[in-house]
Amino acid sequence: MVQVDGLRKSYGTVEAVRGVSLEVDRGEVVVVIGPSGCGKSTLLRCLNLLEQPSAGTLRIGERLIDFGAGSLPRGRELARFRARIGMVFQQFDLFPHFTVLRNVMAGPVIVKKMAEPEAEGIARDLLAKVGLADFTARYPRELSGGQQQRVAIARAMAMQPELMLFDEVTSALDPELVGEVLDVMKQLAIEGTTMIVVTHEMAFARDVANRVVVMDAGQVVEQGAAEEVLLAPKNPRTASFLSRFHSTIERKN
Amino acid sequence: MVGVLAAYSWDFSLVPNYLAFWMKGLGVTLAYSAGTILGGMIVGVICGMLLLSRSRWVTLPVHYYVEIFRCTPLLVQIVWFYFALPIVLQVELPDWFAAGLGLTLYMGAFATEIFRGGIISIDKGQWQASRALGMTWPEMMRHIILPQAVKRMTPPFVNQSIIQLKNTSLLYVVAIPDLMYTGSIIVSDTFRPLEVYTVVAIAYFIILYPLTLWAARLEARVDQ
Repeated sequence: MVQVDGLRKSYGTVEAVRGVSLEVDRGEVVVVIGPSGCGKSTLLRCLNLLEQPSAGTLRIGERLIDFGAGSLPRGRELARFRARIGMVFQQFDLFPHFTVLRNVMAGPVIVKKMAEPEAEGIARDLLAKVGLADFTARYPRELSGGQQQRVAIARAMAMQPELMLFDEVTSALDPELVGEVLDVMKQLAIEGTTMIVVTHEMAFARDVANRVVVMDAGQVVEQGAAEEVLLAPKNPRTASFLSRFHSTIERKN
Repeated sequence: MVGVLAAYSWDFSLVPNYLAFWMKGLGVTLAYSAGTILGGMIVGVICGMLLLSRSRWVTLPVHYYVEIFRCTPLLVQIVWFYFALPIVLQVELPDWFAAGLGLTLYMGAFATEIFRGGIISIDKGQWQASRALGMTWPEMMRHIILPQAVKRMTPPFVNQSIIQLKNTSLLYVVAIPDLMYTGSIIVSDTFRPLEVYTVVAIAYFIILYPLTLWAARLEARVDQ
């Protein structure tokens, strides 16, 4: 489904991602963890080309892009590529001039040119699913952070993406609002959505991830089944990073 | 000296005799205001868009255009475009057009900055969320960025337009019969400069005061 090979991204002289290879199967939930600044967010942003990688190859579905050579997608082609990948951000980034319903309809109507009634149907179903059926007429500023983030998830899902990317989506939330967002993500995982999740929520990684990938200094240092990596890390850097979270990981087992 | 001032007897009785003149002058002022503001906004939207380009070959000429017009006096621009440009280009421009050109490009320079400022003031998250959904640049501009930016650009556009309307009075140096020039003609006819220019000032005030009130209301609304 997703195959990344030798992906690199540098900003000037700083190399944020230094040769990452990663495979994600259809329906798999992969959680990427690591200390801040380890390049995990940059990796995610490279996957839907919000950042242009400097080298490596990326295959999503049957579309293969080689960043070392050849022409990179631009304009409409680039937009079409992104349309098949959903992304949710730390700061929600809802469209403030649209109602909640319009936010979720935005992708289908603007990008896919779907007829309004059809898009509205999809949007209402998704908003019901994230528990916001009664909020369709509200504006984003009238919602709590957790509610806004659930709208953002619905907005991305409305495009019926093949892959969903979550970039620290609970980091900007008050602690009591984190759970409602993670619950929605858990539900998507159960339904078989292919997901790559960058997060610091170790309990979520333990309970939901099929695989945990640990990054440090722009590289993947360890990966494997959640239980193995989180409870019995082989790499010393993983172990030292995880030691800060041990109370979270072991609780509830 | 004080005695002379005190002895001046104001006499506005001559003013209404020139009503038709006044009206024509008012019409010319409003026409030049509307024309140069509209023209300037079109220039501003185009140049503002160009400034968003990543290529220096595109942004640099626009940058110099804006700075040249911001850093030279408008009076000099009007005179230059009226007298010098036709000679430089070896073309004959209609007087009314040459007179308005400086004013239009002056408005255009400020409108460019207002437009660009409005666009780049939109949060980076809006751009990345639009891109992530798969919008093309025109789709993103039309549905997401511009609707939010236009709201923020409106108050500075209105303010600049108010300044522009007052600036049309400078057209009197190239003998465009606007409100100001009409006033000077009536002065030479009546030898009553104090009364006539007072009336000119009041006329500008009556047009602009409601506009400034409206601009203040707009600004308050955008700030909410």
